[in-house]
Amino acid sequence: MGSGTSTQHHFAFQNAEKAFRAAALIQRWYRRYVARLEMRRRCTWSIFQSIEYAGQQDQVKLHNFFSYLVDHFTPSSHNERDFLNRMFTEEQPPQASEMQNSGDYESIEVPDSYTGPRLAFPLLPDHATALVEAFRRKQRLHARYVLNLLHEARKHLVQLPNINRVSTCYSEEITVCGDLHGQLDDLIFIFYKNGLPSPERAYVFNGDFVDRGKDSVEILMVLFAFMLVYPKEFHLNRGNHEDHIVNLRYGFTKEVMHKYKIHGKKILKLLQDVFCWLPLATLVDEKVLILHGGVSDRTDLELLAKLDRHKIVSTMRYKTRKENKKQAEEKGNANQTGSAGRPSPWFLPQSRSLPSSPLRPSTHKTHRAGRSSSVPCGVPLDPKELSRRVRHSVDLELERCRQQAGFPAIKEKEEPSSSESEVDSDAEEPPQPTPEEWRQVVDILWSDPMAQEGCRANTVRGGGCYFGPNVTEQLLQKYNLQFLIRSHECKPEGYEFCHSRKVLTIFSASNYYEVGSNRGAYVKLGPDLTPHIMQFQANKATHTLTMRQRISRVEESALRALREKLFAHSSDILVEFKKHDKDETGLITLSDWAAAVESVLHLGLPWRMLRPQLVSSLTDNKLAYKSWLENLAKEKLSQQNIQSSLLETLYRNRSNLETIFRIIDSDHSGSISLDEFRHTWKLFSSHMNIDITDDCICDLARSIDFNKDGHIDINEFLEAFRLVEQSCSGADVSDCP
Amino acid sequence: MADDRDRDEIAVAEFHKKIKEAFEVFDHESNNTVDVREVGTIIRSLGCCPSEGELHDLIAEVEEEEPTGYIRFEKFLPVMTEVLLERRYRPIPEDILLRAFEVLDPAKRGFLSKDELIKYMTEEGEPFSQEEMEEMLSAAIDPESNSVLYKDYITMMVIDEN
Repeated sequence: MGSGTSTQHHFAFQNAEKAFRAAALIQRWYRRYVARLEMRRRCTWSIFQSIEYAGQQDQVKLHNFFSYLVDHFTPSSHNERDFLNRMFTEEQPPQASEMQNSGDYESIEVPDSYTGPRLAFPLLPDHATALVEAFRRKQRLHARYVLNLLHEARKHLVQLPNINRVSTCYSEEITVCGDLHGQLDDLIFIFYKNGLPSPERAYVFNGDFVDRGKDSVEILMVLFAFMLVYPKEFHLNRGNHEDHIVNLRYGFTKEVMHKYKIHGKKILKLLQDVFCWLPLATLVDEKVLILHGGVSDRTDLELLAKLDRHKIVSTMRYKTRKENKKQAEEKGNANQTGSAGRPSPWFLPQSRSLPSSPLRPSTHKTHRAGRSSSVPCGVPLDPKELSRRVRHSVDLELERCRQQAGFPAIKEKEEPSSSESEVDSDAEEPPQPTPEEWRQVVDILWSDPMAQEGCRANTVRGGGCYFGPNVTEQLLQKYNLQFLIRSHECKPEGYEFCHSRKVLTIFSASNYYEVGSNRGAYVKLGPDLTPHIMQFQANKATHTLTMRQRISRVEESALRALREKLFAHSSDILVEFKKHDKDETGLITLSDWAAAVESVLHLGLPWRMLRPQLVSSLTDNKLAYKSWLENLAKEKLSQQNIQSSLLETLYRNRSNLETIFRIIDSDHSGSISLDEFRHTWKLFSSHMNIDITDDCICDLARSIDFNKDGHIDINEFLEAFRLVEQSCSGADVSDCP
Repeated sequence: MADDRDRDEIAVAEFHKKIKEAFEVFDHESNNTVDVREVGTIIRSLGCCPSEGELHDLIAEVEEEEPTGYIRFEKFLPVMTEVLLERRYRPIPEDILLRAFEVLDPAKRGFLSKDELIKYMTEEGEPFSQEEMEEMLSAAIDPESNSVLYKDYITMMVIDEN
């Protein structure tokens, strides 16, 4: 009997032990699975961010590129000079008289057949609520009301100070929201979850209302409507995307023109003005500072409070004054002495690695060490004058690089504030911001926090700076503040604290990169000023997906974007591959693959981690690179009429091209002449290592001019391009349109 | 002989690059340190499959004498290189995994009920946290039968990996 029970026990014990070990095995396996998912998620995030920021950097580079071109490209004809000049024609902040015309909505008739929302001014709370409801039902607001609303919004904004002061003793709680980027669903969700604005429920929207998402217009309408209805409780800060030049590239301009074909231009013109009247920051109880980007070690709240914010039309272009012409002249003379052996500007393709190489310190004491890339554009269009300004901007850039390389900053000369006295007699020209004022605004709209101490140029974005915990601390102490709330950066959880919880990033556009990529969040402040964060994700679909599925979807999207980028640089990548394959075996190791790809794309991605998703077949642990590149191309290429390298270049630069086209097409008519197209392409390709003959460009231009009237419809061009890149994979050339 | 050494050197160099890459993904402050709580993820994504106990031992090896909550790359690299060279903590083959599930399902029904899975995962072995359990359930449970059809589950997860 004893042996019976002990055998039973023995078996039981053995079984228990087996179960224990089996469970441990399963857990061990599962934990590894989860870890790999987490790694994939992080890598996916890196891909999106690096591509996004590279795009922003691109835009800044584009402006600098053009100014450099102006300096070195000799217009061979009167036409070409005019063309160039037109690209740099300063867009004046609209004069008051002009504004009357642009805001002229009264003459616009609203047909009886219009079933959308109708607005009457002064707006009542019900109107604003009805507007939200109408947009939720996908209705569109008639252009007349859009203009009317913008007009009223502008009247209100003009009265506001640069730094709005808000107190929690009037409305008990304040809700702060971050970037919305045209994602109306998120705004509606926030109002649904948190409640509509009211005298008891104050809101601050911290910039970047537009671009990228598809409902930027509707978001603006709602925000401005509530601002008019509850002027004391509803506050807006300007973001770096409230800027007509940034809008050219990131979709808002396109959205407006698409939704308002007849009156779009008027709307854009009025918006250009409204944007520069948006306040720059909001201060809660004199303790919590809310602004879009961040701060720098030079941030001066008193200066920011005093400057005329309306002067800063765009943070992408720094406009100089006529008095700078004089300064430039003086510098021009000084420049003659030291220009020998100056390294070429950083934005040229061949000198991409410039910032890390030591530069000889400049002997020019008068240089201003600007932290942001700036393109001086002026009204006088004399080419010599223009090239002097360009040299000035190039010098600024060099100085910035020197600073980055660790050389001490050259002491700056204070910009003479003789702005008023220098006004020319013929200047109906409004006063311009001083360089310092411009920089202050760029800093607060573009900067990002970093973990390390210090303050350095924000090379990733191309504007503003990275500021460390000591900079935050310094600022908070100087102005007796408790903490900062900013936005500007997408975060997986919709928010993030840093600098010992002294800086809170709040981002309200959920699923920003892709469905499931991130949550949105908003923060509530009560009289005790303790931040309470609320998170959300405005897409029900994601709730039912498992973590695995969510990550897969987002990942697929990121990988697609990455493969596009790889394709766009195929020629350069092939060159790099060949360097690693001196014996011409057609094969390279994965290590070399990673090195080559990074050296071309400069995205700083963990290529070895990503390798399994990008490279599928290996021979003997090596990659047959030619066929790998060809496979990338197959996903993109179709038609062979256009030389494939031209296609590649067009594709790589397609968002740049669109931007350029829109800049040239200054009346937003949607078409440019064949000549203008040729000029554009010539200018562009002369600096892009492209062997395209003039004939080829002409052929291309002509083939795109479908109706042979000497004009190219921008939309048709892009459409043609899209058709070319679609389908037709493997099909015969003759089959393609 | 010389070839072997060359090959080893190349292998080590490649391991170093891999380890550095994986480490950098979690080096948020760009100062060559990672939070100790992320080390497990790093090690596992480099191809290893340690148990929690083995992980703790490994962390003890790479931690500072006075634990700071951070792991420095300089300490992590040599230890991790050894792990990779010795091919320690190999991943579990599919068939072994299947047998583990079968041990828990002695009646050979082909599935585990939701409650059974919860019981085993949270009471046996190196128990799951509630979060881990919920996450596993969300993907593993077949909603119609409210159970885990473990063979299908394994197949699905394995495809996912590749």
